[in-house]
Amino acid sequence: MSNDATTALVRVRGLRFSHGPKLIYDGVDLDIPRGKVTAIMGPSGTGKTTLLRLIGGQWRPGAGRIEFDGNDVHAASRKQLFELRKRMGMLFQNGALLTDLTVFDNVAFPLREHSALPEALIRDLVLLKLNAVGLRGARDLYPEQLSGGMARRVALARAISLDPQLVMYDEPFTGQDPISMGVLMRLIRSLNDALGLTSIVVSHDVQEVLSIADQVYVISGGKVLGAGCPDEVRQAESPRVQQFLRGEPDGPVAFHYPAPPYAEDLLGVAA
Amino acid sequence: MNPIGNFLQGLGRAQFFLFSLLLAIPGVLARPRLLAQQLYSVGVLSLVIIVLSGSFVGMVLALQFYRTLQIFGASESLGVAVALAVVREFGPVVTALLFAGRAGSALAAEIGLMKATDQLSGMEMMAVDPMQRVVAPRFLAGLISMPLLSFIFTMMAIGVAGGHAIGVSLLGVDAGSYWAGIREVLHGDDIRDALIKSLVFGAACSWIAVYQGYHAAPTSAGVARATTNTVVISSLAVLALDFVLTALMF
Repeated sequence: MSNDATTALVRVRGLRFSHGPKLIYDGVDLDIPRGKVTAIMGPSGTGKTTLLRLIGGQWRPGAGRIEFDGNDVHAASRKQLFELRKRMGMLFQNGALLTDLTVFDNVAFPLREHSALPEALIRDLVLLKLNAVGLRGARDLYPEQLSGGMARRVALARAISLDPQLVMYDEPFTGQDPISMGVLMRLIRSLNDALGLTSIVVSHDVQEVLSIADQVYVISGGKVLGAGCPDEVRQAESPRVQQFLRGEPDGPVAFHYPAPPYAEDLLGVAA
Repeated sequence: MNPIGNFLQGLGRAQFFLFSLLLAIPGVLARPRLLAQQLYSVGVLSLVIIVLSGSFVGMVLALQFYRTLQIFGASESLGVAVALAVVREFGPVVTALLFAGRAGSALAAEIGLMKATDQLSGMEMMAVDPMQRVVAPRFLAGLISMPLLSFIFTMMAIGVAGGHAIGVSLLGVDAGSYWAGIREVLHGDDIRDALIKSLVFGAACSWIAVYQGYHAAPTSAGVARATTNTVVISSLAVLALDFVLTALMF
């Protein structure tokens, strides 16, 4: 295990992964540097969430190697994997809060499961985390009483409750109003810096992500199309990267899903 | 894959699932609070339907048996007839069918929705095993609840709110004959066999429910299908197992 600040916390080498017949990753290499916010961007369906699940060891790659802090995630036993996961936090797109628990109990959940801390100390830690995301006052609410933005902030408080090294954010801005989006952006950046975390943000909200990321990977078609700091990515020559950054509806990534010629379809050649 | 292949594949998967479920049970026993919560939602919340159904089944059996027994001048044996029918068959079987409809469907829907909303994935990522935290407590609660619910069903069907109410209070069978006949004819073997049936049905229904929920497609249609499958497969399994067990105990 390496704690060298110059090495990547997560290293992905030669990643290949298929979902059914569809090839999602075709030999991808990635490095997630320690202490930085790394954005993984790309069009919908390119496998950004899949990458987080592969890093977390929930899914297994067809080929390649994923290391977390020097440990091969997919060579680990289930017990070892769970030990690695205690050092990771993940914020799911829908929050994934446990619906039968209050906000307080959701944030306390990992602490109660993995520590023998007295309840009084757990209370203080939970209030500390909830205060960090501005929801200390919502501790007694249930998930169904929260707005989408609040639910994600609670999920963020839960993700950092065990003081992990790595926090993975799956589409944190999707469906958020501008205020919630601004709050989440500020939280991701400030928590990363204040707690010395390493963050991976998966998103296709280009401007928001580029404004908080230290490093960006643009992925499409199973390959890394562009990588570097936000300015380098903005200047990238790849037409696919430029189409994605500018939000152009047609280009290398076609507007139309592959189909037979339109005229042929309309003029009645039976399907 | 052909339907037989699919069926065999599903059966194999269900057996692996049962194996990991059984491995998770010692962990549940170490956390009795989790088990108590599930005993409440699986067992206690099923009480109303079990009590009411037990009473009605007892009343119907009393009416039906009375008509037949009267033909042979044996209406004083009404208690025995009701008790044997309920203890040997109706108690375990009807309780299991009601359990599949009330608690089994709820278990499948709850676990299926937890999967669809990433709650199970969230637990995995928090290094918490959903099998131990979610699935095994529910399975164990079903296994423990079933014999208790079956006992309550049986008491209601035979007792003052069921067969006794109709036979003694309405049709005029002597109360002494009603209870004495039961004491004389009902043996420990009958109660032991009923208990075995309840335990087997409890294991089967709970296994089917948690398996269907855990393997539900993470969509609304997937959860609906898992719920329906739970009730249909559990009901068929209970009836088939009842035949096998009755044949073995005959």
